[in-house]
Amino acid sequence: MITVEGLTRKYGSFTAVDNVSFVCQPGRVTGFLGPNGAGKTTTMRVMVGLTPPTAGRVTIGGHLYSDIPNPGRHVGVLLDASAQHAGRTGREILELGARTMGLPSSRVDEMLELVSLTPVEAKRRLRNYSLGMKQRLGIAHALLGDPSVLILDEPANGLDPAGIRWMRGLLKGYAERGGTVLLSSHLLHEVEQIADEMILIGNGRIVAQGDKKSLLANAGDSVAASFVTALDNERLAQALQAKGITVAKAGEGLRVEAETVEVGRTALESGAVLTDLRSAEGRLEDLFLELTAETQREAV
Amino acid sequence: MSISSGATPALGHSLDISSTQPTPFLRLVRTELRKTWDTRAGFWLLLSTAILTGLVMVIQLWVVLVQDLEVSYNDFLTSTNFSIALLLPVIGILLLTSEWSQRTAMVTFSLEPRRPLVIAAKLVVGIALAVAAVVIALVLATVCNLLYGAMSGSEVEWDLSVLQTLSFVLLQVIGMLTGFAFAALLLSSPAAIVLYMVYSFVLPSIFGIGAALIGWFEDLQPWIDFNDAQTPLIDATMTGEDWAQFAVSGFIWLVIPLAIGLWRVLRAEVK
Repeated sequence: MITVEGLTRKYGSFTAVDNVSFVCQPGRVTGFLGPNGAGKTTTMRVMVGLTPPTAGRVTIGGHLYSDIPNPGRHVGVLLDASAQHAGRTGREILELGARTMGLPSSRVDEMLELVSLTPVEAKRRLRNYSLGMKQRLGIAHALLGDPSVLILDEPANGLDPAGIRWMRGLLKGYAERGGTVLLSSHLLHEVEQIADEMILIGNGRIVAQGDKKSLLANAGDSVAASFVTALDNERLAQALQAKGITVAKAGEGLRVEAETVEVGRTALESGAVLTDLRSAEGRLEDLFLELTAETQREAV
Repeated sequence: MSISSGATPALGHSLDISSTQPTPFLRLVRTELRKTWDTRAGFWLLLSTAILTGLVMVIQLWVVLVQDLEVSYNDFLTSTNFSIALLLPVIGILLLTSEWSQRTAMVTFSLEPRRPLVIAAKLVVGIALAVAAVVIALVLATVCNLLYGAMSGSEVEWDLSVLQTLSFVLLQVIGMLTGFAFAALLLSSPAAIVLYMVYSFVLPSIFGIGAALIGWFEDLQPWIDFNDAQTPLIDATMTGEDWAQFAVSGFIWLVIPLAIGLWRVLRAEVK
């Protein structure tokens, strides 16, 4: 469990992180979401003791990071996949980590296999790695010590779609076995699909937190919408309109200004066969942009 | 393998650290030593230091034989002024600055937050490399001296005392430490190397000119010129006053930069 309490970090008159508090629970993937320069990285750097806080503190499982002996065995950290010696081979980078932590070389082979870096790729030097390969290596490095807490800064950055799917499965499985995962991103759709819990940060402040559902519930007056496709769209549209619900044509199906549950019920009542029904995408994105709008304008 | 056997995180809200041993210092030293040769650049720097040491002695041997000069064991050893004495400080600089230029300090300090121990491990590695360089130089000088004796027919002279050997070790260790101190102060490879070159090649002449032109500076110079203060070490003729000047100038050029640098490294935000 990661506990951030009243964390503030100032650089002169600039406040990078402003009185931030949140908790990352074990067994859950916590997404740390915000535009570039919102304070995500600074917060994570304070977590692992690379940046001293101006005020407040972060504990991991009840301890300050600096008080954890051989911390690599408890907390897996990936802050910047490119922050490795360009002249070292991928394997050597893991080897150094394993040796520092007192782990056998066999652990390096296991981790290389886990992140699907082939022995040939592992012998290449980091300067010849793509960003995606660096990320895989960085995740392997974070997992080396078999930690119970993972802190990953923008781990999906540079991964191809298959890579993102792979990482999603890896981190979900890790959390299901009781691990604590905190990962940051500036891209909503990356976090949305993987995180159980989301923390939205803008301008150094937490603007919203909770799971996807409660975030949307708190978004207040924005109208729920669904996308639906039925075998007989016409029939479904009529049934919905009869209830006073606004329906519009959208691609092959309909865009309905109602919760999915209401659309489903109407379909059942009218006897329309549904082939697709989902909550309209973009609402969370609207929320995200709205909540961080102030930051983004100021950043320009 | 599947990740289930590789990464099974512990359940619970608090972290049980009672059974985890802190990283032993010797392990840090071994890792830091590995970092000095596990890149192509690092490997060749170490190897070329050794090769250059040998090369300079071979050239010296060749010149001596051709010109029919008389040399001793100690003469071969002092030729290392053009090899080891030149490159050891660079090794000392890179030990520290490469962590910054390559940004690996982020990884190093997150795996071992006790930064003083990491720096101490690097210092131990630096001193060990300096001692290893001396041993290599002694062996090479022995070989060259034997070759000289065999090829010139002159009597082989072994004029190296224990005291001289120790002075030689001290000299090389100080060279390494000066580089390390400048590196800690500047945390940048090119800046630290330039500073070291200015310190060892430009500064002595400036001090010399200053001492020749300005009366009071002539009295001051021995106390602030660390290069000059080390000269009696080369032939192990240090007197009491020499040691005092060595200590005072060493404090200025070695201890102060090292202290400021370490203070900076220990407090720095690692990016």
